[in-house]
Amino acid sequence: MSDIKVKTAPVLGVDGRSAGHLLEIENLHVEFRTRDGVAKVINGVSYHVDAGETLAVLGESGSGKSVTAQTIMGILDTPPGFVTNGSIRFRGKDLLTMGKDERRLVRGEGIAMVFQDALSALNPVFTVGFQIAELFRKRRGMSRADGYKRATELLDLVKIPAAKTRLKDYPHQFSGGMRQRVMIAMALALDPEVLIADEPTTALDVTVQAQIMDLLAEIRRDRNMGMILITHDLGVVADVADRIAVMYAGRIVEQADVHALYGKPCHPYTLALLDSLPRLDLKGQELNTIKGLPPNLLRIPSGCAFHPRCRMARDICSTQRPALLELGGVRSSACHFAEELYGRE
Amino acid sequence: MSEVILEVRDLVKHFPIRQGVLFKRVIGQIKAVDGVSLDLHKGETLGIVGESGCGKSTLAKLLMNLEKPTSGEVRYQGRDVLRLNPADQRRLRRNIQLVMQDPYTSLNPRMTVGDIVGEPFDIHPDVAPKRDRRRKVQELLDVVGLNPEHINRYPHQFSGGQRQRIGIARALALKPEVIVCDEPVSALDVSIQAQVMNLLDQLQNEFNLSYIFIAHDLSVVRHIADRVGVMYLGKMVEVGTDDDIYVRPTHPYTQALLSAVPVPDPTVRQHKAVIRLEGDVPSPANPPSGCRFRTRCWKAQEICATEPPLLQIRPTSGHPSACHFAQEKDVVHAG
Amino acid sequence: MSSPEVATPTAEAAPMPVTPAVVEPAPRKDKPRSLWTDAWYELRRKPLFVISAILITLFVLMAAVPQLFTSADPLAADLNRSLTPPDFGAWFQFGKQGQFGFDLQGADIYARTIYGARASILVGLSAVIGNMLLGGFFGILSGYLGGWTDTLLARFGDIFLGLPFVLGALVILSTFAPVQSNPSAFRITSLVILTFIALGWPSFARIMRAAVLSTKQLDYVHAAQALGARPGRVIFRHVLPNAIAPMVVVGTITLGAYIGAEATLSFLGVGLRQPVVSWGIMIGDSRQYMEAAPYMMAFPAAFLAIAVLSFVMLGDAVRDALDPKLR
Repeated sequence: MSDIKVKTAPVLGVDGRSAGHLLEIENLHVEFRTRDGVAKVINGVSYHVDAGETLAVLGESGSGKSVTAQTIMGILDTPPGFVTNGSIRFRGKDLLTMGKDERRLVRGEGIAMVFQDALSALNPVFTVGFQIAELFRKRRGMSRADGYKRATELLDLVKIPAAKTRLKDYPHQFSGGMRQRVMIAMALALDPEVLIADEPTTALDVTVQAQIMDLLAEIRRDRNMGMILITHDLGVVADVADRIAVMYAGRIVEQADVHALYGKPCHPYTLALLDSLPRLDLKGQELNTIKGLPPNLLRIPSGCAFHPRCRMARDICSTQRPALLELGGVRSSACHFAEELYGRE
Repeated sequence: MSEVILEVRDLVKHFPIRQGVLFKRVIGQIKAVDGVSLDLHKGETLGIVGESGCGKSTLAKLLMNLEKPTSGEVRYQGRDVLRLNPADQRRLRRNIQLVMQDPYTSLNPRMTVGDIVGEPFDIHPDVAPKRDRRRKVQELLDVVGLNPEHINRYPHQFSGGQRQRIGIARALALKPEVIVCDEPVSALDVSIQAQVMNLLDQLQNEFNLSYIFIAHDLSVVRHIADRVGVMYLGKMVEVGTDDDIYVRPTHPYTQALLSAVPVPDPTVRQHKAVIRLEGDVPSPANPPSGCRFRTRCWKAQEICATEPPLLQIRPTSGHPSACHFAQEKDVVHAG
Repeated sequence: MSSPEVATPTAEAAPMPVTPAVVEPAPRKDKPRSLWTDAWYELRRKPLFVISAILITLFVLMAAVPQLFTSADPLAADLNRSLTPPDFGAWFQFGKQGQFGFDLQGADIYARTIYGARASILVGLSAVIGNMLLGGFFGILSGYLGGWTDTLLARFGDIFLGLPFVLGALVILSTFAPVQSNPSAFRITSLVILTFIALGWPSFARIMRAAVLSTKQLDYVHAAQALGARPGRVIFRHVLPNAIAPMVVVGTITLGAYIGAEATLSFLGVGLRQPVVSWGIMIGDSRQYMEAAPYMMAFPAAFLAIAVLSFVMLGDAVRDALDPKLR
């Protein structure tokens, strides 16, 4: 384990029902009912985030990381998506059983979201200032003038130069990085306690990506927000996350503090993922690959969903699904050989 | 070093910006590629990195002759590609092939895999007699690690990584010497990226291919390239071997770019030398005078606004670097 | 069956079943296939296609050899039979007339409906095919070439688009076939078809142009160009198959509209006229007798509706079959 102290959330109690977490997802199941059959997109995901910490949810396409976020925000397309089980508790109250109006209030004020594609998330026919001011007018009952004043402050906060004049611009007049800042400003407008960032920098260039990640980290620190960072980028995660949950085929396969995870991955999938990454600081390393393809969610392999691609797979893996085993601290891994991996040098 | 197979000299591509309904006036020029020169040696991989809008994709199109350059030369084995007659040009195309970024749009959805990979033979019928084509297509599928039985399937029946393999098979069909790879792995998942990169590596050894590997991901380029060129706003700002660029970068832009790349190792985050650039890339329609990077550069002086720095070896830089104040600095391994 | 993505030296040798990315179709005969053979295979299995194909065959047969369906003369009028309602008993008796009743002039409505198929389907189908060819050609030209060709063609087409359809048709037809004149059946039919094409091609060209523009910039088109494909190949193998769907859909819908428009022109006196028989003329004739003799309108209108529906269904089925993603 690393010796660097990281602020982590209280560990789940024995009864698994600590009331202390700001946002807590428990045993969430979501399926998509499509023409070709039922795709089990999320199969029992549990994670939590507390004020002031960053939880990174890491996974490849189809792992269910974004669908989880959409379910939390209540923007899952139904149909085809249906929540079949589980709970999402925000400050102890289950969002899934809440009334529509109550839930709408949580959105924006309790939990806000930043999307990957800022251009399609912003309305192209209104100015940026109008869109933010509207938010204050509708949700806070402010006058239009006050709304614009708050909008200016927000654009200043996200470091958009000449905020006052840029309020009159339309989304397409902003560059990619600036547009992402506008979206962050909108997400922050109602002082949310949890910010979900779904691949916030995937569409951006590296130099701009670094700026945006810095901004997000700074805002999280200043406002003591909880942040869920959804990404496929192992580099970004290493830079900003406190804790990491790795998802595969709709399940969390490993959960750990960031230093522990990179220092000693305890799930073969995480291990293989880190091994397959080309690195800037190493030349000529052999790139280890993960054989095969990500699973078809219509027909998830039996037992451990990763077993057809796993190097360590044995007979038990195709018959018995490994539970998420706690390995001490905030660490857990869903592998039959997790303890073996944990115990290795 | 082995012989130079592809030479690019002062390549320029300006796209006119037009306005008007019936009579379109030219009101400006987007300087997408503005005087790029490079050499590609036999059997090597030349990486080209840069952010969006730096002109690297336009460069790929120019190399493939999909766009006509405003000026400049592309020489293949000493012959100027752009001044050949159409018949010679077609023959020459066999030797330079393209692998594209998006595996979802680069394959015609209404053609079977067999038709897609076999199309090069239809276009150049003298390469393979008709009765051999099916076998050749199946061999190609096998070479790129696909099941040869899947010849009658359509692209949408394959995953992203498999589609990229189909695109690679198509590029290999005419036994080219040079393959221009335009962001070939950036649309793929991490676990699939490595598979495709290893495949490209393996094919290079097997067929003695030369690659021009265009990407925005510096880690990917580091892994695969022998030499690297860094582009910014239509110009090459630094060229060198991979160690020159990654260990001894001398151009401030290269240094900033490298330091912005997140390293998948949380232990380095505390003591990483971070250079944060301010603002965005300026518009290529109206690039800054002198050095194009000066508006975001922390080293900028008066000379940078008046005198464009040449891409050349300098007293402070052992490899070509286009900066008046070139200075070696290892940002990747710092700490 | 596995789709192994394992051509890597490090992947371990143990063969593992790999789930393919998509549900696979049942394996078929292993011979080279193309889009067209696959589409045909697909079509034969679609009830939608089979039904519409049977109906269309029936209508085409009706148009080609109406004598197969009736022995009566559609032009023989007997005022004694004027406005006789349908004789449903005659439906099952061979050789008897009046199944659908008789019109104002005492002509057999059944025979007229059968004979009317020829002009109606000929006009509708020829006009649509003509529009598709002409509009498609110019659409591809301006979409693919762009620049001056595009600007010139677009402005030229706008002249026709600016003209209201009925007004335009009135002007053209009354010039070449004045109301009082008595042109031959061939002359008036081809005049009506040509009028529809002259006024309709710009909208087809626009649809085609838009589809070509968006298809042309897709990567696979660049890929073909990079391989050295000539423009003809790029257009016919890559652009056209991926850009034709919107035009097919509009074409099948327009077909119905044209059969109706033909009726409008007949009513105005400039379209098809005696001795031609068409559904449009019949519907036009029936309007004043809607209450007294609804059957005058009902039968040709029903044939018209079924014919139009068949073509729309056929268009849908063909479009779907040509899209491998929908299989």
